[in-house]
Amino acid sequence: MPEMRRETLFNAALALLLLALPLGAWLLGESYYVSLGARVAILALAGVGLNLALGFGGMVSFGHAAFFGLGGYAAGVLSHHAFEGSAVLNWPVMLEGSDSTLVLWAAALFLSGVVAAAIGAISLRTSGVYFIMITLAFAQMIFYMAVSLPTYGGEDGLPLYLRSGFAGLDLSDELVFFLVCYGLLLLAILLSFRLVGSRFGAALECARQNETRLGAVGIAPYPVKLTAFVLSAMITGLAGALFVELNGFVSPAMLSWQVSGEIMIFVILGGVGRLYGPIAGAILFIVLETVIGGYTERWQLFLGVILLMVVLFARGGVIGLVAGKARHD
Amino acid sequence: MTEAFATEPLLVLENLHKSFGALRATDDVSLSVEPGRIHALIGPNGAGKSTLIGQIAGALKPDAGKVRFLGRDVTGLSVPQRARRGLARTFQVSSLAMEFSALRNVMLAVQARGHSTFRFWRPVRNDRSLIDPAMAQLERVGLGARADLPVTALSHGERRQLELAVALAMEPKLLLLDEPMAGLGGEDSRRMTEVLSALRSEAAILLVEHDMDAVFSLADRISVLVYGRVIASGSVADIRASQDVRDAYLGD
Repeated sequence: MPEMRRETLFNAALALLLLALPLGAWLLGESYYVSLGARVAILALAGVGLNLALGFGGMVSFGHAAFFGLGGYAAGVLSHHAFEGSAVLNWPVMLEGSDSTLVLWAAALFLSGVVAAAIGAISLRTSGVYFIMITLAFAQMIFYMAVSLPTYGGEDGLPLYLRSGFAGLDLSDELVFFLVCYGLLLLAILLSFRLVGSRFGAALECARQNETRLGAVGIAPYPVKLTAFVLSAMITGLAGALFVELNGFVSPAMLSWQVSGEIMIFVILGGVGRLYGPIAGAILFIVLETVIGGYTERWQLFLGVILLMVVLFARGGVIGLVAGKARHD
Repeated sequence: MTEAFATEPLLVLENLHKSFGALRATDDVSLSVEPGRIHALIGPNGAGKSTLIGQIAGALKPDAGKVRFLGRDVTGLSVPQRARRGLARTFQVSSLAMEFSALRNVMLAVQARGHSTFRFWRPVRNDRSLIDPAMAQLERVGLGARADLPVTALSHGERRQLELAVALAMEPKLLLLDEPMAGLGGEDSRRMTEVLSALRSEAAILLVEHDMDAVFSLADRISVLVYGRVIASGSVADIRASQDVRDAYLGD
């Protein structure tokens, strides 16, 4: 299949590009571009999460900012308390703050997963436009909850004073931090790849194409979709934790519906249901923001035009343009 | 004892009622399907045949009455729950995973039978335990050579055959076939009749069909549905001889 090979080559080129550019920038001593690379990797990771639900499961979630933000708050709140030396909770269980990276990541995965299970359990009883709206509504609820949390800065958010580390890695080093984000991105793509190719993936893709068929062979679509939704949210939640670490700051802006839209844009620009699509989408997004944003504040106008072109003429996104139609076997 | 058990019907419908507004689609239907038999359900368009199939499969909830399958009341069970107990259906209008290949469609039914959907790591692409049984069913319905084509590339007749292959891969105890011959040409239709006839020993069949040649050559028993009611039920000879049925349906 020459088309498959072309997609594989393009994917490899994308992954190498995202590694090579920040490394080159580091060699030239341009640390700004190293952290820009980390930003692309983190946003792509959030997109890889959404792609699992939207691209492979056909669940158009317009509320993934909720998981991005919850992952961010989980990490932010724990490290805030670690810095203050106070406890997150005294009752019913004693919960200390933490500045250990692995604990922050675990907290982000746990919180986004649990909330996604609750949101998904209700939202997946609907479909189509209702599903889009109900996921948006839940995300807005969480947004306003964060705004009304004075302990954690309310609307202004919460600055963080420490970057964590683990296993001898110092994450306050820009390059190390980039490489960790990049590694997690590739890991998430590998996980998605295995998942989509597995028995679970077969059921999930059938649920997207024809739920009636899936039920008729004896597989209930609901638990399959809910599981995929939770996994999808956890990946996006982890991206949120990394984003907070990158910026040293967490605020309700991460939970806003614009962020849900942006994550969706990464997926659509890159190619819905394409494993490496979110990398292409996130690179394109950041390039537009940095390059055109350097000339005019209205760079999103150009983003809008490009998005329109993709939706009208190139449904497969950037990957689809390069590699042709998707094949499923 | 053993004898009585062996002849207990697979499927029993007890006084099923289903209305859509003022329309009585199913009006006090009682019916049973014995193991190893092909039971045909015939009737004019709009008689409520597909509505009845929907209630048996679990897609529609009856307003009143019971569906018993394998001696258990399954009226409250969902479609997938009934499917897992051995009730497989085909659809009047083919309902398949369109982007998947024919083989992948059948493999999904094999995996459902093994209750192995929540496995997240091993690729299905070269999983012989799914591919081999799926391939066997495709060969059986005559689609072996078309296994790798996506459903979108299959003809109407081939999609009907694929629906049957998927249902067979579930290793059902009862097959609900909603017009499997619809739109099939002479050769395909003959082949389908042969395949169905050979199935008798594996699974009982409730067959909804308009093709009277197929019905008369396959069926062990026929029930006639008109305006949601069973107006006659009996052997092929009984139904052919019945004046009521001629008046209502056979039209001569």
